[in-house]
Amino acid sequence: MLIKTFADGFDHPTSSDITPAHVYQNRRQWLQQAGLMGLAAAGLDAQAQTARPGELAPLQAKPSPLAGAMATDTLTPYKDATTYNNFYEFGTDKLDPVRNVKNFLVSPWSVEIEGLVKKPGRINLEDLLKVSAMEERIYRMRCVEGWSLVMPWVGYSLSELIKRVEPLGSAKYVEFVTLADPKTMPYVGSRVLSWPYVEGLRMDEAMHPLTLLTFGLYGEVLPKQNGAPVRLNVPWKYGFKNAKSIVKIRFTDKQPATAWNKAAAQEYGFYSNVNPNVDHPRWSQATERRIGEDGLLTKKRKTLMFNGYEAQVGQLYAGMDLTKNF
Amino acid sequence: MQWRNAFLSPWAKPLLAVLLSLPMAWLIYATFNNLLGANPAEALSRETGDWTLRGLCLVLAITPLRVVLQAPGLLRLRRTVGVATFLYACVHLLCYAWFDQGFALEDMSQDILKRPFIWLGFSAWVLMLPLAATSFNAAIRWLGGRRWQALHRLVYAAALLSVLHFFWMRAGKNNFTEVWVYAVILGGLMVWRVRWWRLPK
Repeated sequence: MLIKTFADGFDHPTSSDITPAHVYQNRRQWLQQAGLMGLAAAGLDAQAQTARPGELAPLQAKPSPLAGAMATDTLTPYKDATTYNNFYEFGTDKLDPVRNVKNFLVSPWSVEIEGLVKKPGRINLEDLLKVSAMEERIYRMRCVEGWSLVMPWVGYSLSELIKRVEPLGSAKYVEFVTLADPKTMPYVGSRVLSWPYVEGLRMDEAMHPLTLLTFGLYGEVLPKQNGAPVRLNVPWKYGFKNAKSIVKIRFTDKQPATAWNKAAAQEYGFYSNVNPNVDHPRWSQATERRIGEDGLLTKKRKTLMFNGYEAQVGQLYAGMDLTKNF
Repeated sequence: MQWRNAFLSPWAKPLLAVLLSLPMAWLIYATFNNLLGANPAEALSRETGDWTLRGLCLVLAITPLRVVLQAPGLLRLRRTVGVATFLYACVHLLCYAWFDQGFALEDMSQDILKRPFIWLGFSAWVLMLPLAATSFNAAIRWLGGRRWQALHRLVYAAALLSVLHFFWMRAGKNNFTEVWVYAVILGGLMVWRVRWWRLPK
């Protein structure tokens, strides 16, 4: 039985519920547009990962939804990103790594989890890759030497791995030990640094979602000279904090003795947060040169506090004297 | 011997000048053809610094070579090497002032005072200034040979400061191999000189 009411579709409790007449009258057109936009968005999504240079195996990832993870700066060209490297196991010149990595074997690879942790053990790279969904993140990388790059990395938040291995309450720091194989890394043994190269983070820094366990660059697996097969990226710190070719992740209650800090404590602190107000003893940190983008005569650009990630990480250092804890 | 006369040839100086300008010519060519890698500013600074050190080694080797090889004609060529070295030092300073500091004079003066590493390099350049300014025959006449020679002993201090500047630059990276090469060459040349000065003449 048809119950006739007086409701004609224009009977609303509040006036804001009423669809404006011009929208209602153009509803078919609106649907069409919405559909097109959806298609466009899907298309964008598929293409969203940075175009691959076609040099190495692909490593697919979705653009990261994390705040601050997708810098809008111009990307450093692949060639510059893979030929201008500090990786002292392969030499001290920026061009040395790409020239000297030929014999460096990145497969098979495994990472040892040890120290103050409930689930220690060795994880094969294949399993490590599956710990969490791969994200593409575009990070600025500021070198302590006064230059910077913008790199599309692929990986997942280190915190995903840390949660899985369940550190004990007594674990206050995370130490990263990198490969030191004199047979395949010709400059291991040079007196520039003590080997293996060790880096470290405070637990809250390691747990910060922006701290990226990295497996890829430019949509492909990491090139050897960029720290294959697994490295770290902590975008608010000077580049040397990003340990490359990691073989051990150790949870400790003591601040790790990190490579550059051991070599020159007055120049390289444990924290090494990017800070334009605290100079390196031999040069100012107020400005930087963007590799591949700034020309020879371009004025150097201002360096940003925490490399521009202050909104995301500033609270980690609240109340700390950053001049002392440089 | 015949080859010693080569230093006296009217072609010797121009030829040497061409040889000494080759690195600069290469750097200019490389700059305009994008051959200096990802960070040309850094490459230019480092290259011109390296060539200044090499020039200092060369200019300080002339007297020992002249004595050891018994080739007095080499002395004629010293000024060419010295002036070229000073020019490399000037370009090196220009790289710092331009690419690194964007000619901000106030920043630069603070930087020079604040940082021993910069201060050492700048001092070495300042010490070379009076040498370059008196590198013509009339200056030798005005000053008198003895005073001119005394003034030009500043080159030893300039060389010492230059090596220290380089040492400091590399200190942060504990990367001293090249520093030792220059230190050993320049130190060896100084040791030779001191012994030569002490010889009864």
